[in-house]
Amino acid sequence: MKTKEEKRFQVFSHIVLLVFALFCMIPLVLLLMSSFEENSTLIREGYGFWPKAFSFEAYEYLFRHGGQIFTSYFVTFFVTVVGTAVSIVLTTMLAYPLSRDDLLGRKVLGFLVFFTMLFNGGLVPTYLIYTNTLHLKNTVWAVIVPRLLLGAYYVLLMKSFFTTSIPKAIIEAAKVDGAGEYRILVQVIVPMSKPIIATVLMLTAINYWNDWYNGFIYITTKTEYYTIQALLNRMLQDIQYLSNNAATMGNISESVSKIPSTSVRMAISVVGLLPILIVYPFVQNSFVKGITLGAVKG
Amino acid sequence: MLNTLAASENRKAGSVWRRLKFGIPLYTMMIPGFIYLFVNNYMPMAGLIVAFKQYDARKGIFGSDFIGFQNFKYLFATKDALVITRNTLLYNGVFIVLNTVLSIFIAILLSELFSVGARKLYQSVILLPFLISTVIAGYIVYGFLSADSGFINKSILPLLGIDDISWYNEPKYWPVIITLVYIWKNVGYNCIIYLSAIIGIDRQYYEAAALEGAGKVRQIFSITLPMIKSVTIMLILLAIGRIFYADFGLFYQVPMNSGALFPTTNVIDTYVYRSLIQIGNIGMSSAAGFYQSIVGLVLVSVSNLVIRRADPESALF
Repeated sequence: MKTKEEKRFQVFSHIVLLVFALFCMIPLVLLLMSSFEENSTLIREGYGFWPKAFSFEAYEYLFRHGGQIFTSYFVTFFVTVVGTAVSIVLTTMLAYPLSRDDLLGRKVLGFLVFFTMLFNGGLVPTYLIYTNTLHLKNTVWAVIVPRLLLGAYYVLLMKSFFTTSIPKAIIEAAKVDGAGEYRILVQVIVPMSKPIIATVLMLTAINYWNDWYNGFIYITTKTEYYTIQALLNRMLQDIQYLSNNAATMGNISESVSKIPSTSVRMAISVVGLLPILIVYPFVQNSFVKGITLGAVKG
Repeated sequence: MLNTLAASENRKAGSVWRRLKFGIPLYTMMIPGFIYLFVNNYMPMAGLIVAFKQYDARKGIFGSDFIGFQNFKYLFATKDALVITRNTLLYNGVFIVLNTVLSIFIAILLSELFSVGARKLYQSVILLPFLISTVIAGYIVYGFLSADSGFINKSILPLLGIDDISWYNEPKYWPVIITLVYIWKNVGYNCIIYLSAIIGIDRQYYEAAALEGAGKVRQIFSITLPMIKSVTIMLILLAIGRIFYADFGLFYQVPMNSGALFPTTNVIDTYVYRSLIQIGNIGMSSAAGFYQSIVGLVLVSVSNLVIRRADPESALF
């Protein structure tokens, strides 16, 4: 039986949650709706929640003149796929030996991995090494390599899954059957660890897809290596540059109206966001699992 | 007797040797990962030493000449050092408090909903901003705040009869704006952690309390909050361990790198970036980076020490 108080509490909860959910959604609605606004109206009337002159202008423009956008889309896919694949292989190959309690030196090796989460050199030495020692600046590798083992966090996540969820007896049995360590990893461990691998895979893929930082720092001249995020970032800087100059010229509205395609920027954002929005409902559960697993330890 | 002793000694020595030998496939398996960690993590750690050097690109980090604390003297002589430290600490302090309170509050409301479907739906919606890149978040904020086409200036302020505000030139508004964006992006994430802790609480406690006549609010304060205390403390201490690090995108992309806003938006991370990439002052930026890395390490270690005292199970190391 539900008491009156419980019912009131339900109503209260729904109201508060609704308000907070709106707070989370409204900015996205503004982004989406502005991308359907006619460019000249957008400049005159400002960004809004309902297009006053509905048009696909921005998207048409993207498809007709979007050479750079297609390139960036392709680069983003390439980076996400290659980066995620290599990350998963590296992570698994590091996590599995660390999960084996018969491995001599396991504690020390594990700490060497873990320590990278506590302490890092930061931007300056990393940048100097990537640019001057490894010469990765302005190559596509600069947006892949820095994120391969994300702070070692996933290694530990996977390691703790292996230790807790894979019975030692199974590994022993495989050994008795004469399987080598690599075969055990591929044929026994990996098939048994699909949930954790799926979770790490997806978190890594989202990180690659959303990464703008490395493109921002390391890709300065080769626009053919811009990811979608790096491209968006560049365009944002361009608006800033143009409006700053307009301010000094004293006639803001006129100069800004000369910037073509204000709505195009919103359209590219939508296009950059779309894959995440499409995938999100399907991967949400393993994503949530990843977050809660991570919270259990570190 | 002696023989058996010698034999067991032998076995011991042999076992270390044997374990190493049988471990070879496992060790080789780890080689790629460790090469990566060496290049990507350990080399830059050693490279922190550049803060004590006069960096010369031709000589490299390790070949450049030592100049002692010169870079630090320059850094701490500027008022930037104080501003970026203050901003980083204040913002993160506010974030920790607000994020904890709001996440727990929302998580409790979610856990109390009768309808599981509604809970799932709310949860999906409030987690969504977490998946949006900071660049796109910056665009959205621009859509609201742009001086000449922003939603606020074009649609809200005229209704209230207030003149346009040049948001990207007025530092005083930004502590609020940055905090709102931070909450928008991050509360969903922490909320999920708290929610899973709350759902793990045995429902019998609540039933017993209800029989005793305890109302909802009383139940929350007497059961829910005490039961999630250890998760809460752990998350707070982890955040305190990271209090010297700011989210670069939040402080760079969202204010669109606007110079007028530096008094309230410049943090250690943006300062290091600007000194390194935009100004090219390797001395200053490496000194600031060193300062951040070392203080960061001290804070993580101290907060871990505190966690280990309070609850050895949840200590990091």
